[in-house]
Amino acid sequence: MQKDPLIKVDNVKKYFGSTKAVDGISLQIEKGEFVALLGPNGAGKTTLVEMIEGIQKPDKGEISIKGLLWGKNDKEIREVIGLSLQETHFIDKLRVDETLALFASFYSLPKSRIETALEMVGLEVKRKTYTKNLSGGQKQKLALGIAFLNQPEILLLDEPTTGLDPSARREVWDILMNMKREFNTAMILTTHYMEEASYLCKRIIMVDKGKVLARGTLEQLLAEYKNGEIINFEVDSGIDEKVFKELGHYLSINLQENNKKGEIIVESLVNYMPALLKYIEQKSLKLSAIECRKMTLDDLFITLTGRHLTE
Amino acid sequence: MNQLYQLFIVEIKEYIREPGALFWSILFPILLALGLGMAFSGSSEQDRTIAVVCSSGCDNNTLVPKNETSTKIGNEKIGYTTFKFQYTDWNQAVQMLKQGKTSLVLKPYPNDSISYHFDPANADAKLSYLMLSDYFSNKPIKESEIEVLKQEGTRYVDFLVPGILAMGIMMSCMWGISYRTVDRRNKKLLRRMVATPMKKANYVIAQIGSNILTGAIEASLLVLVTHWVFDIRITGSFVGLVLMFLAGNIFFSGLAWLVASRTSKTQIANGLINLVVMPMMIMSGIYFSYHNFPDFMISVIKFLPLTILADNIRSLFLEGTGINHVLPPFVILSGIGILLFAIGIRVYKWY
Ligand SMILES: Nc1ncnc2c1ncn2[C@@H]1O[C@H](COP(=O)(O)OP(=O)(O)OP(=O)(O)O)[C@@H](O)[C@H]1O
Ligand SMILES: [Mg+2]
Repeated sequence: MQKDPLIKVDNVKKYFGSTKAVDGISLQIEKGEFVALLGPNGAGKTTLVEMIEGIQKPDKGEISIKGLLWGKNDKEIREVIGLSLQETHFIDKLRVDETLALFASFYSLPKSRIETALEMVGLEVKRKTYTKNLSGGQKQKLALGIAFLNQPEILLLDEPTTGLDPSARREVWDILMNMKREFNTAMILTTHYMEEASYLCKRIIMVDKGKVLARGTLEQLLAEYKNGEIINFEVDSGIDEKVFKELGHYLSINLQENNKKGEIIVESLVNYMPALLKYIEQKSLKLSAIECRKMTLDDLFITLTGRHLTE
Repeated sequence: MNQLYQLFIVEIKEYIREPGALFWSILFPILLALGLGMAFSGSSEQDRTIAVVCSSGCDNNTLVPKNETSTKIGNEKIGYTTFKFQYTDWNQAVQMLKQGKTSLVLKPYPNDSISYHFDPANADAKLSYLMLSDYFSNKPIKESEIEVLKQEGTRYVDFLVPGILAMGIMMSCMWGISYRTVDRRNKKLLRRMVATPMKKANYVIAQIGSNILTGAIEASLLVLVTHWVFDIRITGSFVGLVLMFLAGNIFFSGLAWLVASRTSKTQIANGLINLVVMPMMIMSGIYFSYHNFPDFMISVIKFLPLTILADNIRSLFLEGTGINHVLPPFVILSGIGILLFAIGIRVYKWY
């Protein structure tokens, strides 16, 4: 018999009235694997993660964790999960260490774990602060500290770095990488930041409108679009769309302002760019801006959905 | 670390760190007992204003005292009431009635006859009428036929303190539990907590247990202070009182649990609590005996949970009631409380 994957999500659906929050998503995660769920607002990330956490119930489909099912082995599953919700507030007038002590008691952990957690998230100096007096970022760190208390096999983190400053974000990344190294922890992380997804996670799953748009490593995803490159230009009078076809092969084009401005995704910059510049020179158009760059996950996302990740 | 202990400690810490809650649950009932107890006891000196409406020729009336003068009626045994006569016209007198400045309007006529205008449903007006009409017809109060009772347990404060005790149990259960529940649900803290292996039973036990502890402190302080100020005593079974206290806590915790089981909106929770609490506060005989309500209402009022609690606590305080007497209400209140819990837990929204 084949060994069960650590997390197995099988064709899971969750509808809220006519909103298809999660519309048939499957995924598998193995021990020690970090996976990012990348998607814009309302994509269904939180709903999916909360179903894996057992907080929401799928309408259809099955979720198993270490071969255990929600509704049957709840306690065992909860023991191996550490999680942080997209938003949680704690009891206002409970101190940081008291809050950790409360959660530690839920897992029957020794007192020493509170110290470990405080150190991990760098909140030692705030241990005696009421949670309501923590800054937004410090609250996020406390939430992470709680997620780490039981040194879980599985971390499920819903936008753990949203609202953190860049250096705090880096710190969190380091903490997570340490967890992986030390405890071989697996993680599902939701995020709007492609940088975060690509730094932390080998596998990336792009979701929108409750469905998986694309999945794979960063390289695989970009390769699906043949390592496209992007040209952004702006000229003083419009260029007919037909012209761009004649100039060479492109993957996609998006023209604005009476064709005076546009974005072209091409397979090969060295082939397309000179032709474009030559045409502009021939027609005596005035070039007011031109920029080219490698395609990013965000660009890929726009080409897939017409929307930005952070939208 | 022990889960139940931690949950319990957290509830207690949240309670003692909230000055507002401390005021309402500890200080307010004591102030209420002191204030009302003093307002309605002690002084046997009373002042009443009588509106006098004078028609033509009333100056010839020799009985009614002149404008702005006062007359003291009474004796050492029943105390004195000072009637102040204020001359005015009819419209003004009606105004005074409406504002509660007087409860009796007097009309003197020339041949020493007097008419009294008052609402007979108003006991105070009726008393004023009887005292004045006796006084004007020269019938003095016979001091010799009056024996003053100094029995403890018959004063208004004796009636009031057990009532406030019962009400305090209801209030701290209803507001304490539902406030914290709604707040935590609203903060998504409940869903965070149940995403851990926390035992829900422990959460429930900690919440009721901590409420019983803090409620016991509130009740003890109330009894101690009123004992000191008014010499309030528990004449019946102390164990019986503890049982009733527990039954009240179990019942109202259960009710609070049910009321707060689903909503995450403070306003909705507040509205529901007021809906439950207000009628009982008014009707259950906390401040005044419910025996003044019409009979058909009394038969309902008697079975309100707060009435059952207040009546039994009162009889334990005042009537020397034994433990046997409070066993049935103990069983009934706790039983229904547990039932409410069972329902509340079924429909409870953790997420
Ligand atoms: N309890 C609910 N009732 C009704 N609709 C819901 C509920 N929860 C989520 N939705 C809807 O389901 C969709 C997915 O929501 P979800 O919170 O999973 O998105 P998300 O990807 O986490 O977005 P974000 O990046 O903004 O956190 C949204 O359209 C949302 O409005
Ligand atoms: Mg979300």
